[in-house]
Amino acid sequence: MKLKQLESLLGNLTQFSTPKIQLEQYPTGPHIASRMLYTAENSFGDLANKVVADFGCGCGTLGIAAALLSAENVLGIDIDAESLGVAFTNAEDLEVDITFLQCDIRNLRLRGEIIDTVVMNPPFGTRKKGADMDFLCVALKVASSAVYSLHKSTTREHVKKMALRDFNAVSAEVLYELQFDVPQLYRFHKKKEVDIAVDLWRFVPGRRNHGTGD
Amino acid sequence: MRLLTHNMLSSNIKGVSSGFPLRIEVEKVVEKQVEMNADFLRNMFPKIEWKAFAYAAKALGYSDLPEEADSSQLNSQDFLQKFHHALLELHLEEGVLICPETGRRFPVNRGIPNMLLHEDEV
Repeated sequence: MKLKQLESLLGNLTQFSTPKIQLEQYPTGPHIASRMLYTAENSFGDLANKVVADFGCGCGTLGIAAALLSAENVLGIDIDAESLGVAFTNAEDLEVDITFLQCDIRNLRLRGEIIDTVVMNPPFGTRKKGADMDFLCVALKVASSAVYSLHKSTTREHVKKMALRDFNAVSAEVLYELQFDVPQLYRFHKKKEVDIAVDLWRFVPGRRNHGTGD
Repeated sequence: MRLLTHNMLSSNIKGVSSGFPLRIEVEKVVEKQVEMNADFLRNMFPKIEWKAFAYAAKALGYSDLPEEADSSQLNSQDFLQKFHHALLELHLEEGVLICPETGRRFPVNRGIPNMLLHEDEV
């Protein structure tokens, strides 16, 4: 599938109708999502024939993109039932088969090394400090090949340090810096649209301690 | 929910030491055909906890899987077909997943397991 084609399919997905601020629900725009997943497949071969998990999948954009790029099995995980309902319908509309799971990522417990790749647009942790690092910590435990994630560029050094030192990643690399346009979704947003600089990261997890079980 | 998911999902209640495998109570099973990918299955085989997998398939009404399996069977087309069917085509659509240690019930609706915990379980 071509990049343009992917972007246009993702552009038709239904997004949050009433986003929940405590969960920092911002949709991942089709521009960023398509580039993120396209790179994962075409530069690194991390999607096709793999088991992929989308952490905090929201309306399912990243997971659906993974499925469109021939992931063999996609697991979309979110805490919010309403989002999962939208994601479910989005997946059905595009005729991709995704397994959804309602769970708080921080409490996710998975056995073994079944998941190859985690893709995620985590909460940036602006409302709830450290939420992005909670996601990254679990992702690096669960994935056996790679983790793709978006984090605010202002937190670059912190993200790198946490990944390598605390979460046992063997590499942490910024692939792109992107502009994440956050539309005016919430009342506290004063401007109509804000662009924040966001890094697209690729992390390679360490080889030990797979699974989040005991 | 595919049985691939069941094969990794563990009870996440605080203090539970052996939360795997979750027991299954079935209300409704659906089958969705997907193309078989033999390379994927060969790669997946060593990562599957077979006993739990065979149990889950049986719970969903599919008894054609052997109780035990080893990698030599991956040369058999018949075996691959059964493995494929149970792993990726059978879905628990409605039912309950049950923590093997505490008996806590996690409902599955529209194929989506709800693993959210109560405050005192975290």
